[in-house]
Amino acid sequence: MLTRLLSGDTPRSGLLTVLLLIVLISLAFAPFLFPGTKSLETAARICIFIVLVASYDLLLGYTGIVSFAHTMFFGIGAYGTALALSATGPSYFSLVWGTVAGAVVAAVFALVIGLFSLRVKAIFFAMVTLAVASAFAVLVSQMSWLTGGEDGLNYRIPRELTPAFKLIDEKILDVRINGKLMAYYLVFFASAMLFLVMLRIVNSPFGRTLKAVRDNAFRAEAIGYRVVWYRTTATVLSAVMAALAGSLLAIWLRYTGPATTLSMEIMIDILLMVVIGGMGTLYGAVLGATLFILAQTYLQNLMGVAAEATSAVPFLSTLVAPERWLLWLGVLFILSVYFFPTGIVGRLRAGRG
Amino acid sequence: MSETSIKPRIEKVPFSEQVFQKLPVMLVPILAFVGLVAIGNPASWLTLTVAGLAMGMMIFIMASGLTVVFGLMDVINFGHGAFVAVGAFVGFTVLAWLAGWTASPSVMMNLAAVLIAILAAMLVTALLGLAFERVIVMPVYGEHLKQILVTMGGLIVAQQMIYVVWGPDELHLSRPEALQGSWVIGEAAIEKYRLVAVGIGLALFLAMRHILKNTKVGLLVRAGVENGEMVEALGYRIRRLFLIVFMTGSALAGLGGVMWGLYQETITAHMGSEIMVLVFIVVIIGGLGSVEGCFIGAMLVGLLANYTAFLAPKVALISTIALMVAILMWRPQGLYPVVKAK
Repeated sequence: MLTRLLSGDTPRSGLLTVLLLIVLISLAFAPFLFPGTKSLETAARICIFIVLVASYDLLLGYTGIVSFAHTMFFGIGAYGTALALSATGPSYFSLVWGTVAGAVVAAVFALVIGLFSLRVKAIFFAMVTLAVASAFAVLVSQMSWLTGGEDGLNYRIPRELTPAFKLIDEKILDVRINGKLMAYYLVFFASAMLFLVMLRIVNSPFGRTLKAVRDNAFRAEAIGYRVVWYRTTATVLSAVMAALAGSLLAIWLRYTGPATTLSMEIMIDILLMVVIGGMGTLYGAVLGATLFILAQTYLQNLMGVAAEATSAVPFLSTLVAPERWLLWLGVLFILSVYFFPTGIVGRLRAGRG
Repeated sequence: MSETSIKPRIEKVPFSEQVFQKLPVMLVPILAFVGLVAIGNPASWLTLTVAGLAMGMMIFIMASGLTVVFGLMDVINFGHGAFVAVGAFVGFTVLAWLAGWTASPSVMMNLAAVLIAILAAMLVTALLGLAFERVIVMPVYGEHLKQILVTMGGLIVAQQMIYVVWGPDELHLSRPEALQGSWVIGEAAIEKYRLVAVGIGLALFLAMRHILKNTKVGLLVRAGVENGEMVEALGYRIRRLFLIVFMTGSALAGLGGVMWGLYQETITAHMGSEIMVLVFIVVIIGGLGSVEGCFIGAMLVGLLANYTAFLAPKVALISTIALMVAILMWRPQGLYPVVKAK
């Protein structure tokens, strides 16, 4: 049953299983295990980014396509939901149609980009997507009549998902059962479901063909697979998943703006998460996203301590200043591309012997 | 000379083929003419054209290094933007040291200060390029996916190091006295600095063409682009050639950084990655690896960006992307694709 749920792709490593279980249990019971707003925010962010990073891994790890337009699809999903909610009021109906519309638009965009440019070299595609994504980001921040420009959109969501709504009066395990909790579980279960769907996709014959295309496109073509078709389908699927992750973010934050969805920083974050977690395995996305966001949220405090401790050494203390955490992640990133090209997960699976 | 000597028979390229080859060269004047018709007012057209050419030249300087590195080494450096930013910051530091020179009314002193700043920036970015090639790029030759990832990592580290060295705030880079202000010709006002930029860019383009076409190094580079293994087999050390080209490309990025910084007058650590979008568009339009294509692409982008910014500011944002799409529909490999079997 469990194997079926995981589509036969079991972790295949004791330590990896333990780590994944820890992540799963922590996320499933986050409101009860780690009380407080900040930790709940972090947990929801992790859930959403697991989906986003896994969807990017569908492209990068499974199909070998480097795209810099992934945040564009993330943003399309988020703006779809956000626009529907702010235009037609906080009803479930607008929430659903906004999400669907966002996913459809993302799929169409991905299809167009894919058909246009997937026939060319990896480098070419990377540059084209970078250009398109940055133009899209600029466009969104300029069309303030529609998107709120740099300020983004604030909107209301159905009342049952807001902190003002109380399901029951008593507290359970010292936690108030309110709309915020419901929203968290909506995010959690939706993310889990999307993740399982992606697991299903990559372990299907289709997913195996993608790997064949990645490893040797020429040979795959020779066997009779239409490489462009597979690449384009993978792009569209990954775009739809990214758009759905964007919708979850829009519902959770009740705010959508360029900085939270479209910025280049988020694209770089996604890249780092995929590579550090492990390309070509969706479990890598889980570990990568979890570690990265924890580091983003909590490592800075730690580095603050380190900077305190080394404040006597002038240059060193600026190197370990809390704002410089990305520097160390960048170094880690380069090292992991060289020495652990399969990331944490690949390492753990190989270590099994 | 005997009458029977066999003369080589040179097949004439058909006229239509010649036109097709030359057509991209005509794009720039065509665009300029369309701009003149659309704008109507010759004075503002002149101002915009000079501004567009200046912008194009600066983008060309940054893009030329990238495209030659790609042509020869089959490496695309996503960290190229970091070299641009580092160049700008080094230029800033040098100009700040030479504040006495830049403030003085003497034109020679001003130009000397700028020249020293440019040389320093090029030196630093060349050394940075050396380190980049040896440490970051060397292990991943021939693997595009890893190249993109690793150079992206290099970009992150380099940007963060700029923050460490120069602090997180944006800096103001003021032009020397002699390069401030503008000349007025008729009704058109032309900024002095823009003319200087056009001059430097044009000189660089001609110099690059000369080196690539008429010198031995250029011959080796072009031969290396066509068939690296053969050049290696003939006894030339292509690795060293790679390194020299990579360092030159980085130095050009540094030069572009100083010039772009002086043009914008503010510099930030992520200015490099912002300008890289335009640089990539230019490189794609030109056909990866081609210097001529890159030059034409840069001019087109510069002119189009300035014309549309004047005519329809909202459209300007996506005009360069539209240009790229249009060019790729016409010639899917860019204007002058470098023929390659890789």
